[in-house]
Amino acid sequence: MNNIKISIRDLHVRYQDGKYPLRGINLDIIANMINVTFGPAGGGKSTLIRVLNRLIDLSDVDEIQGEVLLDGINILDPEIDVIELRRKVGVVFSQPIPLPLTISENISFGLEVAGEKDKKKIARRVEHALRQAVLWDEIYDRLDDPASSLSGGQQQRLCLARVLALEPDVILLDEPTSALDPVSTAKIEEFLEKAKDDYTFLLVPHNQQQAARTADFAAFFLQGKLVEYGIGEQLFFNPKKKETADYIQGRYG
Amino acid sequence: MNLLSYYKEPKNRIDRNLVQKIGFTGIRLITVITILPILGIVVFIAIKGMPALSWEFLSAMPRDGMRAGGILPAIVGTLYLMAGTALFSIPLGITAGIYLAEYASDNLWTRLIRIAIISLAGVPSVVYGLFGLGLFVIFFKLGISILSAALTLSIMTLPVIISTSEEALRSVPYKFRVVGISLGGTQWQTIWKVILPQALPGIVTGVILGLERAVGETAPILFTGATFYLPHLPSSPLDATMALPYHIYVISTQIPGMPITIQYGTVLVLLVLVLAMNIIASVIRSRARAKRQW
Repeated sequence: MNNIKISIRDLHVRYQDGKYPLRGINLDIIANMINVTFGPAGGGKSTLIRVLNRLIDLSDVDEIQGEVLLDGINILDPEIDVIELRRKVGVVFSQPIPLPLTISENISFGLEVAGEKDKKKIARRVEHALRQAVLWDEIYDRLDDPASSLSGGQQQRLCLARVLALEPDVILLDEPTSALDPVSTAKIEEFLEKAKDDYTFLLVPHNQQQAARTADFAAFFLQGKLVEYGIGEQLFFNPKKKETADYIQGRYG
Repeated sequence: MNLLSYYKEPKNRIDRNLVQKIGFTGIRLITVITILPILGIVVFIAIKGMPALSWEFLSAMPRDGMRAGGILPAIVGTLYLMAGTALFSIPLGITAGIYLAEYASDNLWTRLIRIAIISLAGVPSVVYGLFGLGLFVIFFKLGISILSAALTLSIMTLPVIISTSEEALRSVPYKFRVVGISLGGTQWQTIWKVILPQALPGIVTGVILGLERAVGETAPILFTGATFYLPHLPSSPLDATMALPYHIYVISTQIPGMPITIQYGTVLVLLVLVLAMNIIASVIRSRARAKRQW
């Protein structure tokens, strides 16, 4: 039996402008797996990611209903330590957004705001994170260059590295390769496959091929609802619902 | 029939280029015309004032009823006023800018603050002078002093510093704030480590421009801190002081038989001070723009 890392129960999200991106989601995110949520734009995938590390707090939310249990603790509880949650649940965005700092500062930022002062320890963590994200060999001799001097693919791996440096449990990836070339995309996918023993991934793929390549478990989202959920291969090659089959065969989306 | 056959070479191609050339020439000409008066003033004053400049002029006390000697007390007084104004207006102004850009939500209260700042920027400088006289000189009993004048100038400078700080912070893309928070930073940690350093050149530029205005003003210090003549340098913030703008007024209108070179020389010193600040501000701005990563 697989371990459930995050359990989402009847989750509704409604924005103040009337948008209603999530309408009663029930979904389990399995530990140490690549969990993929896919479907046409506007399905609520990105909103789900923003709920899971409470970045949604920055938006004008009208109402969030339901429960999201991370290791049994409801992260929607107003009493929880959101800062601690965000360290545990990292996110990589669809565009590489390096902070306007140096390469190493991009990674040490998260450690420093967490109160880490030991420079040697920070340097070790920076190196380790860069090695994990398969970036170290390319940039070890220019850690103090501005992060913007890196190529797009390198920048995205830097964004991954700065999440890894915080030693999170869960990593959310919102179309992380949509701005990248195929080689960089392959590097990120390789990383996911290799690292899943240590992390739980929730990936919004940027196309269906990526979804099919990477998914251990897949969930098909359509207009704020979870249509179908299951083991990746079964869902892609043998979908049970008509909407899923139609989407996978390219009839809409 | 292919697509290209629909494309016909325009007959009046040369004419359009000519029109564009004439247009651009006109725009250039108008730009030059706007620069001319400024250039004229600077050159004219530089030529007329240069003969007065000497080490003695910058470093000596006035003599013979200010008709000879130097203008040291006016220069020092202006620098004191600038320092005092910086002391009060920079921390207050930047803090208010951070509040407005990063924390204030869009509500009636914030709108009132904004209206107040805009109105403050539009108040004539002589009104600041009278306000300072009433509040600092008389009510707080600070007397005619550097302190009163610096406080008055600070109030006048604040709107400039607040709005440029706010603008500089707002121009830093929002996505950096989201990233900072997503990495477990608090809003303040993200502002302090990421947003503020990016906004700093813009803020510094605003500060310099604000102080520059304060340095050149006469009316606000007229009733609050400036004095006609001081035989010694001010020794405490509660002393009155001479200052360049007011000194220029004095030597131009109040002293019969004033040598004209001293008048031009004094104006030149003030002008150089203000222009130098302006140039520093532009250098900071263009350097920061070259280094900007977004």
